[in-house]
Amino acid sequence: MRGRSVLIGMALSFLAGSALSQNFDDPAEFKHQRELLQMKAEGPAGKPWEQHLGGGTVNTAKYKKAGPYKLCFSNAGVGNPWRVVGWTTMQAEVDVQKADIAKFTVADAEGKDDKQISDIKALLSSGNCDILIVSPNTTAALTPAVEEACKKIPVITFDRGTTSKCPVTHIVPIGGYAFGIVGAEYIAKNVPKGGKVIALRILPGVDVLETRWSAAKHIFAEKGIKVLGGEHNGDFTDGDRAKTKSIVADYIAKYGQIDGVWMDAGATSTAALEAFEDAGLKYPVINGEDQQDFLQAWKKNKLKAIAPTYPTYQWRTAIIAAVKVLKGEAVPGPVWELPDPAITDANLDKFVSDKLPPLHYAMCGCEGMPGYPERWGVKK
Amino acid sequence: MSVSAASVTRFDPLRLLRRIHPAYFALVVLLGIVTIYNPSFLTPTGIMNFLRRAAPLCIVSIGEMFVLVSGGFDLSLGSLITLTVMGSALMINNDPGLTWGAIAAVYAIGMASGLFNGLVVSYLKVPSIIVTLGALLSLKGIALAWSGGSPQGYLPDNFRQFGRMTLTDIPVLQVLPVAVIVLVIAVALCAWVFHGTTFGRLVLITGDNPRAAEVAGARVRGIRIVAFIISALSAVTAGILLGGFAGPAQDVGDGYELQAIAANVLGGTQLLGGRGSVAGVVAGALTLTALFMVLNFMGLPKPLRDAVQGAILVIAVAYSVRRRKWG
Repeated sequence: MRGRSVLIGMALSFLAGSALSQNFDDPAEFKHQRELLQMKAEGPAGKPWEQHLGGGTVNTAKYKKAGPYKLCFSNAGVGNPWRVVGWTTMQAEVDVQKADIAKFTVADAEGKDDKQISDIKALLSSGNCDILIVSPNTTAALTPAVEEACKKIPVITFDRGTTSKCPVTHIVPIGGYAFGIVGAEYIAKNVPKGGKVIALRILPGVDVLETRWSAAKHIFAEKGIKVLGGEHNGDFTDGDRAKTKSIVADYIAKYGQIDGVWMDAGATSTAALEAFEDAGLKYPVINGEDQQDFLQAWKKNKLKAIAPTYPTYQWRTAIIAAVKVLKGEAVPGPVWELPDPAITDANLDKFVSDKLPPLHYAMCGCEGMPGYPERWGVKK
Repeated sequence: MSVSAASVTRFDPLRLLRRIHPAYFALVVLLGIVTIYNPSFLTPTGIMNFLRRAAPLCIVSIGEMFVLVSGGFDLSLGSLITLTVMGSALMINNDPGLTWGAIAAVYAIGMASGLFNGLVVSYLKVPSIIVTLGALLSLKGIALAWSGGSPQGYLPDNFRQFGRMTLTDIPVLQVLPVAVIVLVIAVALCAWVFHGTTFGRLVLITGDNPRAAEVAGARVRGIRIVAFIISALSAVTAGILLGGFAGPAQDVGDGYELQAIAANVLGGTQLLGGRGSVAGVVAGALTLTALFMVLNFMGLPKPLRDAVQGAILVIAVAYSVRRRKWG
């Protein structure tokens, strides 16, 4: 009897859990982001980190203070190369604005929700903050901490965001659906009819990655492309190069020439390409991201490729917004949608560079900033 | 005096089969499944690619075997692999002339790591599982701190040739990956050391009954230190192969130490020491690699894949342990 009730209890909690879990297939958001991709950005030309796509404006006169300002930043962590580049870029931006910034305090949460919550509390109680910038580790867990912070000082969030409406503005490039759309549309356009396409994903359950895959599934369904293997769930690589290469090699062994490779992030894209090299096959149509190793491989091998981006220049925008808010200047909001440029054959030359490290993200807006390029890893 | 018929031993095929270790059966079955998915697997090219892919795990498993047989655990091997790959990329920094210097340097780092582990275990009497757990964390931390969190620098072709290059137009074999050459050399060397030298015999005795070994005059502390050094050097070699195969990444070595221990148990190595064989460990490592390939082919979602992998390992290990009780 007890055994049976335990089983029923487990089944119910499983159902409840899946009902409460986030919905990664929101058709309204998908449509919205598809429209944003077509929209022209407003703002200073040549500075996409200061531009915005539509949206409203937030009046920040009530936050106006005399400078120079004390900025505080709660960072989810620097646990992956994207965040490392973003963090470096943010520090450079602080240098650019050092006339207005008296103090810049950072708390690194090392990828842990509970640490980030206590970091935010510590920053608030230190009294050293005129404004708090938060890059949340996970959406739901950090919402209460952000709401508490909003009561004391103005808050700006960027990247993952929370479900709270209280921050002055939330900065984010268009989003996951847009990333997935750009890559999938390019592949669908360039793969021959009936061509073989595989989808490589890092891991399940991460909102930014799940929305990318969900968008790609829609586009592939629209264009009549069937993704091989993985029960239409893609293949998970854990972001590991050797695993990616082995998975692709196994597909090649099973199916022969693969025509297209869709990836939800570009860090292991060159590993996927190498699997084709080692098998002596021609390169597939592929989407990567703005990492230098992918861009270099693209240029060297004249690939049919596209690089949708999730620009690291949003880390600059966070500082720019913070200073503007404290000066009482209006900022785009409540959501500041940054443009999400893709790198194509047309503008590849602008972004590719042999000097920068392999996992440097080219769409960082860092050319011309203090310390470029040494600060981003180039040895003299 | 009559000779009873029962004293004549009969040829019993079942008994013969039971004496062969189950790892070999599992390997044959899994290779069969792989061939069903991919008929070109049983060609020389297919087999050579399989060996190239399995080479790093085989080498690390043999190194781990020395430590396991001597009665300890080495959990630091995965992090040492990561440090090897990241460190090589940083030291070489795109200059192919620095490759050999960097390789010498990473071997030196490996030797230092093994020496440190061995000294702490032997002289400070800290259990090896704790020491190497600490090493797992520190080595990974050093790798990430040194590189600033993400791989800096590329690995030039003359470094990557060990993991990636394949010699073509070889008679009979058709292709011969350099990684397989490295694998064969490593296996032959370790097999000779373990099965053919006194040192190998001493490692077995140390693990089986350290007190008796010490009383009998074996230098138990020195033997343990050498075992840790051998396992560290094997991890560095595997790191060079892995870095060559796929390029630098900050999590390249994750989980290798646990896979190596699993390969050892599959292959008949006794945890806490006293029994092991190089052939069994190689069979265990090949079986694990074949298992991963089958799971790739089956296209299971990752969480299900992990569950299947764990279940198979538990069943295999339980069977190995029970089998020893029957046999």
